[in-house]
Amino acid sequence: MLERIRSTTRGRILGLAPLDLIGLLVLAAAIIFVIPRVADRGAGYLAQVIVFGIALGAIYALVALGYTMVYGIVELINFAHGDVFTLGAFISLPLLGAFGLVEDKSHGIGLLLGLIPVFLITMALCALVNVAIERVAYRPLRNAPRLAPLITAIGMSSILEGAMFLWRGPFNIHYPDLLPANQIPIGGGVTVSAKSVIIVGVAIVLVLALSLFINRSTLGKAMRATAQDRDAAQLMGININATIATTFFIGAALAGAGGIIYGLYFGTLTAFLGFTVGLYAFTAAVFGGIGNIPGAALGGLLIGMFSQFSDAYVDTAWTQVLIFALLILVLVFRPSGLLGMRVPEK
Amino acid sequence: MNRLLALARANSRNPNAIAYAAMLIVALLYPEVAQFITGGNGDALVGLAADAGVFVLLAIGLNVVVGFAGLLDLGYAAFFAIGAYTYAMIASNELATSPLHQAIHVPFWIALFVGLFVAALAGALLGAPTLRLRGDYLAIVTLGFGEIVPRVYRNLNVWTGGVFGISAIDPPTVPRWLGGPWSGDPFGFLTDLQLTSANLTGFYIVIVVIIIGVVILVNNLQRSRLGRAWMAVREDETAAAATGVNTVNIKLLAFAIGASTSGFAGAFYGAKLSVVNSDQFSFTISITVLSMVVLGGMGNIPGAMIGGILLYFILYKFLPDAPNQVASLFQSVGLGWLNNTNPNGWPGIGEEVNRLKFIIFGLILVLIMLYRPQGLLPSRARRQELTHDEVAGIGAPRELQS
Amino acid sequence: MDSILSVQGLTKRFGGLVAVDNVSFDVNRGEVFALIGPNGAGKTTLFNCVTGFFAPSFGEVTFDGHDITGRKPHQTVKAGIARTFQNIRLFDFMSVLDNVRLGFHSRMHSQVWDSLLKTPLERKEEADVTERAMELLRFVGLERRREDQARNLAYGQQRRLEIARAMATQPKLLLLDEPAAGFTPQEKVDLMKLVHQILDKNITVFLIEHDMRLVMGISQKIVVLDHGEKIAEGNPAEVRSNPRVIEAYLGKSA
Repeated sequence: MLERIRSTTRGRILGLAPLDLIGLLVLAAAIIFVIPRVADRGAGYLAQVIVFGIALGAIYALVALGYTMVYGIVELINFAHGDVFTLGAFISLPLLGAFGLVEDKSHGIGLLLGLIPVFLITMALCALVNVAIERVAYRPLRNAPRLAPLITAIGMSSILEGAMFLWRGPFNIHYPDLLPANQIPIGGGVTVSAKSVIIVGVAIVLVLALSLFINRSTLGKAMRATAQDRDAAQLMGININATIATTFFIGAALAGAGGIIYGLYFGTLTAFLGFTVGLYAFTAAVFGGIGNIPGAALGGLLIGMFSQFSDAYVDTAWTQVLIFALLILVLVFRPSGLLGMRVPEK
Repeated sequence: MNRLLALARANSRNPNAIAYAAMLIVALLYPEVAQFITGGNGDALVGLAADAGVFVLLAIGLNVVVGFAGLLDLGYAAFFAIGAYTYAMIASNELATSPLHQAIHVPFWIALFVGLFVAALAGALLGAPTLRLRGDYLAIVTLGFGEIVPRVYRNLNVWTGGVFGISAIDPPTVPRWLGGPWSGDPFGFLTDLQLTSANLTGFYIVIVVIIIGVVILVNNLQRSRLGRAWMAVREDETAAAATGVNTVNIKLLAFAIGASTSGFAGAFYGAKLSVVNSDQFSFTISITVLSMVVLGGMGNIPGAMIGGILLYFILYKFLPDAPNQVASLFQSVGLGWLNNTNPNGWPGIGEEVNRLKFIIFGLILVLIMLYRPQGLLPSRARRQELTHDEVAGIGAPRELQS
Repeated sequence: MDSILSVQGLTKRFGGLVAVDNVSFDVNRGEVFALIGPNGAGKTTLFNCVTGFFAPSFGEVTFDGHDITGRKPHQTVKAGIARTFQNIRLFDFMSVLDNVRLGFHSRMHSQVWDSLLKTPLERKEEADVTERAMELLRFVGLERRREDQARNLAYGQQRRLEIARAMATQPKLLLLDEPAAGFTPQEKVDLMKLVHQILDKNITVFLIEHDMRLVMGISQKIVVLDHGEKIAEGNPAEVRSNPRVIEAYLGKSA
């Protein structure tokens, strides 16, 4: 695409580019709209909304990371990524049974010991599926016109959804409620559910692990190098194909974990869950800055909060519209996102 | 007569010409054959073909956006919805229950064009800020738009009937200047005929006529200054700009024309079904039409049409009928136990076949892109564009490309 | 003499890198003007600034009396500037004839409805454009290859096709980015002839080139760039003997 590099010093008002200013004004308007309703429902309700927002945000962040890492390295939106998330939830269902985890019967240490292999196996399987997708649908088209891998990406997404649809049918699927139901008081009469704490905790652990890996390991360094300049990385002896495959592997592992967490927290799934969650997560990735890992985490959190606030104080019917509108606005007015984009320099 | 023969001879090797001729002949014979095969009960088949015609129109329109200009639009159903809802709102009693308190009933043919214009406007409004984005982002923006539009229609229930949609839409009226077999009149230039569900053949004829008209117009576009510019922009946007093409405008035109076609088809569809509802315009529709274009041959009008016809009949005739066919087939080869449904999930092999829809889309898109990107009926240039290996001298790295 | 292109204080920064640093010069109407310099000196970047692919960080570009600084590429074409690319950018899968016909795009007047309905205007313009495209193909010697796909031409023919396409835009100024790259000596001689024929059509030629003999043999005025800065300007004899230029190309002498 034709990218005209504009001089950015022109036309600034109050030190901000005019489009950022519009963004801030819209934000201000939204806040003003929402404040009376927030006050109306009280602090306890607000606390719940925030907690939900953070929990959901953690899940979106896990999925957003996969989108952002893949885009950062091959400049491709892996449309199937959201469906890998759903696949994680689907795959974990039989595994839960296999490891003896049953609703209302598993607690404490037993639960923890049971969940660990479920997580590991699910994450590994999701990772392998994603690597296979890359190998089959994207790699052969690396030099084809841009349109081609976009189309296969959508095709892959459809295949995954279709497969899960065939597997479990069109109705809602129940996910076992395994996490403790306690409420933890945090003062002022406000409580936080243990579930939320647990899943946010798990998400944080995973993101930290990712961060360590990217920044400290050799493979992580190879990923960063390939993301910045593929040709140079290749000249330095980095195996590009393996590095790209690793990126897909890790992204999917996180998404798969996200799927399990989603199931544990919300209790119901459908084969097409990944379509919506995927779009939300992609919005989060762009919002935070595509290719930018902290950006994806931040974006996830913000989109999670945004969606909960919208559900609670506007109307659930409008949440999807607002989020997709946000996606369009960000791409049009501030494609670099909040923390800036990290895409291959060419 | 001689000119016709000469024309036929000159085009006898041209796959596109053959395809057009074949489709025309099939279109003319279809209603008669359908009635014959079913012993006079062919109405359902004819109605099905009329619906297929709507999708063929959609495929032709999306082909302009994706095939000619190279823009991936994943929310094509949005314009379909806009056309349908616009028609429904201005040609029914819906607005009587809206803040307007006044129903309007715009005549069929005018309302079709209103639907077209509103959709074109929406296309221009969406395209203006977004068409300069790179391909992936544009795709996702259109995806988002495709999700937003039906939802907005559903939410604005004072205007649009909300979850229930709009029903009892005015049926189309077609002029009957030619008395003939479908009107039972000897010879009259008189009253207009109202097409209802009892007169599916009428719908069929109208859509065939519309398609013929649209094909001629789009063909004209392809062989014009605009068509050339589209091809150039699709091939190498930078070079096109360097040669004086206003790439944003060109893309916008493709997008708006695609949107108009979709809106027009939507308006017709609304009139035919007599009911519109936001559930009819989901992402599934967008991906169906995309699969039709990819399957048939991106950038080639008859290719897109054939993809449309083929996939429509597979999805809406073959697959739904398959459970019964498959069930009896399995029964006959002694695998009848596979037909038994299991309350815990297995719905019987027949129903499983029917649920294959999404996998079919996915497989079409992936396999075609990998192994036959030019589709079933490729355009000459496209076939070579997508399957060539890098040629030394032109394959050199391109500066300024993103 | 009459200046057709005037570049004043042109600067282009990419983040911390200054690719073009405060460059000024004038190209006079009807002459052959050359821009030379070692690799990476900023020559193509300068071309991109003039033709609207980059917006300059500072400075002005004036063409034919109008300020065209920061205008979009298709606007510079309409104003009368055409260009070719260092790495040849043809429409590989379009025919040779169509490549050139596309060049006339910005000079045609038919609108969407003309195309849609094949109005007399559209038909006449198409016939017109086809004829003039054929003329241009004859000019560069490619008329017999008109139905072939552009990617099937030999390298030298592709370069000539790109020039024909650029000329179809009816430019007053033609920018050629390394038009002789990869040419045999005979092809270079033919190119020089072609440039003279282009001049005869009242088109000013501004080229980037590495072949010194070609540059010296064909240009009236030369500007030398090194690391983004203008280090010399003048006629071939002046530039050839300029110590700074020699140093830039050969390095400091011991």
